[in-house]
Amino acid sequence: MGAPLNMATTTEIVAHATRLYEDLNFSSAREWKAAAPGRKVVGYLPIYVPREIIHAAGMLPLGIVGGGDQLEVIHGDAYYQSYICRIPRSTIELGVSGRLDFVDGMLFPSICDVIRNLSGMWKVMFPQVYSRYFDVPQNYVDDIGGNYYISELSELRQALGELRGKPITDEELAHSIALYNENRRLVRELYALRAQRPWQTPAAEVYLVVRAGLVLSVEQHSTLLREYLAAVSAEERPRRDNCRVVVTGVFCEQPPLNLIKSLELAGCYVVDDDLLLVTRWLTIDVSTEGDPLRNLALAFLHHSESTAAKYEPNEKEKGQHLVRAVKRSGAEGVIFASPSFCDPALLDRPILQHVLTAAGIPYIAFKYAENSGQMQPIREQAGTFADSIKLWSGQ
Amino acid sequence: MNPTPATSKSPAKDVEKDASMRKQKEMMAAHYDRLTSAPETGAKVCDTFVPGNLNELIMCFDLVNNLPEVNAIQNGLRRLSGGYVLEAEKIGHSEDVCTYVKSDLGMIAKGNLAPNGKKFPDPDVLLLSYTGCFTFMKWFELLRERYKCETIMLHTPYMGDGKFTRNMVEYMVKQLRDDVIPKLERISGVKFDIDRLRENLKRSVTAEDDLVGVLQTAKHRPSPIDAYFGGIYYIGPIFGAFRGTDDAIEYYRFLRAEVEERLAEGKGPVTPDGDMGKEKYRLVVEGPPNYTNFRQFWKMFYDEGAVVVASSYTKVGGVYDFGFRHDPSKPLETLAEYCLGVYTNRSLPMRIDMLSQYVRDYDADGLLINSIKSCNSFSAGQLLMMREVEKRTGKPAAFIESDLVDPRYFSAANIKNRLESYFQMIEQRRGAARAVA
Repeated sequence: MGAPLNMATTTEIVAHATRLYEDLNFSSAREWKAAAPGRKVVGYLPIYVPREIIHAAGMLPLGIVGGGDQLEVIHGDAYYQSYICRIPRSTIELGVSGRLDFVDGMLFPSICDVIRNLSGMWKVMFPQVYSRYFDVPQNYVDDIGGNYYISELSELRQALGELRGKPITDEELAHSIALYNENRRLVRELYALRAQRPWQTPAAEVYLVVRAGLVLSVEQHSTLLREYLAAVSAEERPRRDNCRVVVTGVFCEQPPLNLIKSLELAGCYVVDDDLLLVTRWLTIDVSTEGDPLRNLALAFLHHSESTAAKYEPNEKEKGQHLVRAVKRSGAEGVIFASPSFCDPALLDRPILQHVLTAAGIPYIAFKYAENSGQMQPIREQAGTFADSIKLWSGQ
Repeated sequence: MNPTPATSKSPAKDVEKDASMRKQKEMMAAHYDRLTSAPETGAKVCDTFVPGNLNELIMCFDLVNNLPEVNAIQNGLRRLSGGYVLEAEKIGHSEDVCTYVKSDLGMIAKGNLAPNGKKFPDPDVLLLSYTGCFTFMKWFELLRERYKCETIMLHTPYMGDGKFTRNMVEYMVKQLRDDVIPKLERISGVKFDIDRLRENLKRSVTAEDDLVGVLQTAKHRPSPIDAYFGGIYYIGPIFGAFRGTDDAIEYYRFLRAEVEERLAEGKGPVTPDGDMGKEKYRLVVEGPPNYTNFRQFWKMFYDEGAVVVASSYTKVGGVYDFGFRHDPSKPLETLAEYCLGVYTNRSLPMRIDMLSQYVRDYDADGLLINSIKSCNSFSAGQLLMMREVEKRTGKPAAFIESDLVDPRYFSAANIKNRLESYFQMIEQRRGAARAVA
């Protein structure tokens, strides 16, 4: 499964990732499932699930991040009031329109009340599908939150073992952890390269290549990442006079691809972001020695990304992840891009903005929906931000 | 949670009040006085939330409980919340997010005055009982930034699979034993005494029994209570600062006697305009009410002879009518089980089961959902819930929208139209049923 894809150029690789991105029928996941009898697919929503456990059960973890701007939502709107964000309605649309009819299980992680309640809706609407609200601890002490989380992981391991008809072994888990460690290393390498040379790795390309990991097997995705890294390193691309920004708030409902492109066209190189955090949620390699569930739990407790859905027990530490991201990536400012009606992102935003102000980091903010079509206001706002950074930085 | 303005500069003379309402008003006024005099008395203050409210534990440390949601409600009833919400938006809070939060932050920005006109004290501790609502976590992160005081997280896992597990209870007990209690001891300077907790819990049980007795009188025809608009008064003390106190025991004993007397006399609920007329429609209501136009909203029901016989909102601070009571013999476990069981910590299928059961047990004509713009915990999924309850009970359901404390989202004409259509629908169903019979 990890064989070379033999796509030598960035154009070919990005074209492949774009096809995966645009395919609302999840054909590649369907093909993966059909390739061998007994295969199963387990979908998951943002922000994080331990994909290693799904993989260890021989199943394909399938990331579902809504329907984007190409999906016409016909049924989904009937399930939600106008003041609720877009991702649950397009996810319902994917379900009721049969686009997820090959999915055997669904995991709804702890992120917000909307996704939490969607887990119950799924149980009512699709009773034949194994679905689970996947809770994570908000207490990060090993023998309190850690023990609770290990038991939650054990329940998931047991349930997926029952779904495939055979328990998941420690060896299978260790093997999967190793594969995901490698995958996360490659994603981090790509992010580091972009921070270093953003003109070589446009944000939209990076997004597409990383997003391919939501629908491909981890082995295939790691191959794709390696090939992309090799291809972009072999090319010289023109460097623009852009400023460098971190984009934050985009961890759940996805911005349209055009929005990401617009930022760069408006003069902002994206040098870090919180898109698709599942691909790099754990910030270190998870140990492959000893109890695999304990290893996953410890990595979650002590070495995972910070985001609005996660409680920060230390007030002084609140928002510092963003300051560190700015410094690490050499960014000159932050763009708060939040989905409309996104409680976690929008409630967190004022605190983060205060932290940035204290650190002397400029920022702007706007909202979007996954189907936003009008980019001109965003382009103007980002362009003005880029100009102000160039004009006023260093003064 | 408590629609009795604790103090009011212009008492509405034309509003009829039960003796229990007057008693509650006195209790609330005394509580706000105790709270606002904390700087003089030296009492320490613990801000916390209604769902997952650990009042019995908080009292073990002589802390005074302050509930920001209740303050927001008070400000809604006193028509102050609209200005506070705008103030919060002016200082950078999104128009999309919870108006309880913004009313609280706006109130703080505007001087942080309690209903008695005195300044709220800064909290000594924020007890973040993270139960059934994601926004709670962000709300207390925002308050922590403002007050720079210690914040204690108690994470209540969500009952996603329709039950709580041993693992969930153990997790919560460990948090209480190893984290919450030692921190409360340190902050308060009071040593934890588990026997004191047991005594407080014993008092809770007595009040809980009487509350359930009151709410279940609505199974009678006519119902002597309105279990939504009136019910919000009834839950005030037990969901607020009084669970586990003698005051609560006395209040609920008094209330129950009052309601049972009405029942014996065959009376319907007391409304702000006096005794309600003939009971024509019996409804189950899902979702919180609007507080900025509370009386106007209620009037739309009693003018039409509609009485609410059961509601989910009166279960956000604890679900007692299916048998749960605080158990003094297992004090920490019982606090955990209480938190796990509150209404908004229940999965959507559990909520559908509960509402369907209410429609049947209370012989209701149907389900009405008041969907709140601010509250995703309640609102996300309610349209599916409505269809499912309709399907299971065969009774018609309806949907209206408003907000908790943001007057911009209360459209009286729209709500009235929808309610009138709904009552007509109930009549048509009755007519059809009679024709078949």
